[in-house]
Amino acid sequence: MNINMTLIGQTIAFAIFVWFCIKYVWPPISNALHERQKKIADGLDAASRASRDLEMAQEQVEQSLRESKEQASQLLEQANNRSAQIVEDAREQARAEGERLISGARAAIDQDMQRAREELRSQVAHLSVLGAERVLEGAVDEKAHRKLLDELAAEL
Amino acid sequence: MAAGNVVAPAEYIQHHLQNLTFGLHPDNGWSLAQNAAEASDMGFWAIHLDTMGWSIGMGFLFIWLFRKVGNAATTGVPGMLQSIIEVTFEFVEGLTRSTFRNENPIIGPLALTLFVWILMMNTLKIIPVDYFPGVFEQIGVEHMKIVPTTDLNATFGMALGVFLMVLYYNFKIKGAGGFARELSLKPFNHWALIPFNLLLEVVALLVQPFSLAMRLFGNMFAGEVIFVLIALLPFWAIWLLDVPWAIFHILIVTLQAFIFTVLSVVYLNAAHERH
Repeated sequence: MNINMTLIGQTIAFAIFVWFCIKYVWPPISNALHERQKKIADGLDAASRASRDLEMAQEQVEQSLRESKEQASQLLEQANNRSAQIVEDAREQARAEGERLISGARAAIDQDMQRAREELRSQVAHLSVLGAERVLEGAVDEKAHRKLLDELAAEL
Repeated sequence: MAAGNVVAPAEYIQHHLQNLTFGLHPDNGWSLAQNAAEASDMGFWAIHLDTMGWSIGMGFLFIWLFRKVGNAATTGVPGMLQSIIEVTFEFVEGLTRSTFRNENPIIGPLALTLFVWILMMNTLKIIPVDYFPGVFEQIGVEHMKIVPTTDLNATFGMALGVFLMVLYYNFKIKGAGGFARELSLKPFNHWALIPFNLLLEVVALLVQPFSLAMRLFGNMFAGEVIFVLIALLPFWAIWLLDVPWAIFHILIVTLQAFIFTVLSVVYLNAAHERH
């Protein structure tokens, strides 16, 4: 085991390697690591922000859901009311129409009856005159007795 | 140990603990040392080719791997390799941030280089002791010690680098006067005790690189010796001791890299601290 020039050679080699490391090895690794650290920190930050956002969004969704549910039930109620009203209206209309028809029919019947009675009355007058003629053998002048006959017919 | 060659255990161990040394031999001139005696005859003007080669190789592997991953690093989901590199990086960054209480952008890269480089060099130890020496022997290279941290030159080289930085920052942050005051007025703030303080503090300062270098070298070298001893057993018995020792060494390898890094950062932190 001798101490010789190797000692100096090793010291020089050591110095050169340290210099190399300072110059070319340390900086890129150090930079990469610090950049990654920063990136991870940013990522964690973003994640926590996103989770906060998500919470907020969920709250919003719940609220709007509640609102729309309320609205829907309101609409449903309105529709129910409206339909009940429509049914009511229709019923009313139908009754009115029915009544109108009935009254119309009644009027027509009355008119017919009136006409029939009128006709009957004239027929009776005629027949009465005819009968009387027969009895009196034409002694009765139709013209002369017309007024009397009309009065008779009106009494019917 | 080459198959069929019966080698004396002492020789085998010697062979394994011998670096591939190239240097100026008094008789042979510039040449590769053939044995330990020739290597020690070369004195200071010699160099361990295996230590230099493997450690620089590991250093480039570290730089290449981390640079590649760093350049391709995405801020998105990281791949497998990127995750491993990032975990290592964050481990070292956290370590420096908790240990180093001053502002200095150099400490992070320094700690990363120390930790990963030492870890890689130490990890070479998990490769069975005969593999690389055997392969290199086939191509005519006598000695090959592939774990640089079992060579005191390598560990002391790094410790020396750290120590130079400690001295530099002591002078830079505190100034020569401040540094001298710190050395002479601690721990006993009294003029009569200045020599005593000086002795204490200078020893404490000088012991730093030795503590760093010796701890790593001692652990790695001792582990290596035990691996070599285990390799001397009959081939069917080797795994019995080798496997537990290797598993235990996964811990040692990481722990020693960690301790070297932490202590370096602690020493540098002390160099930055004003009192």
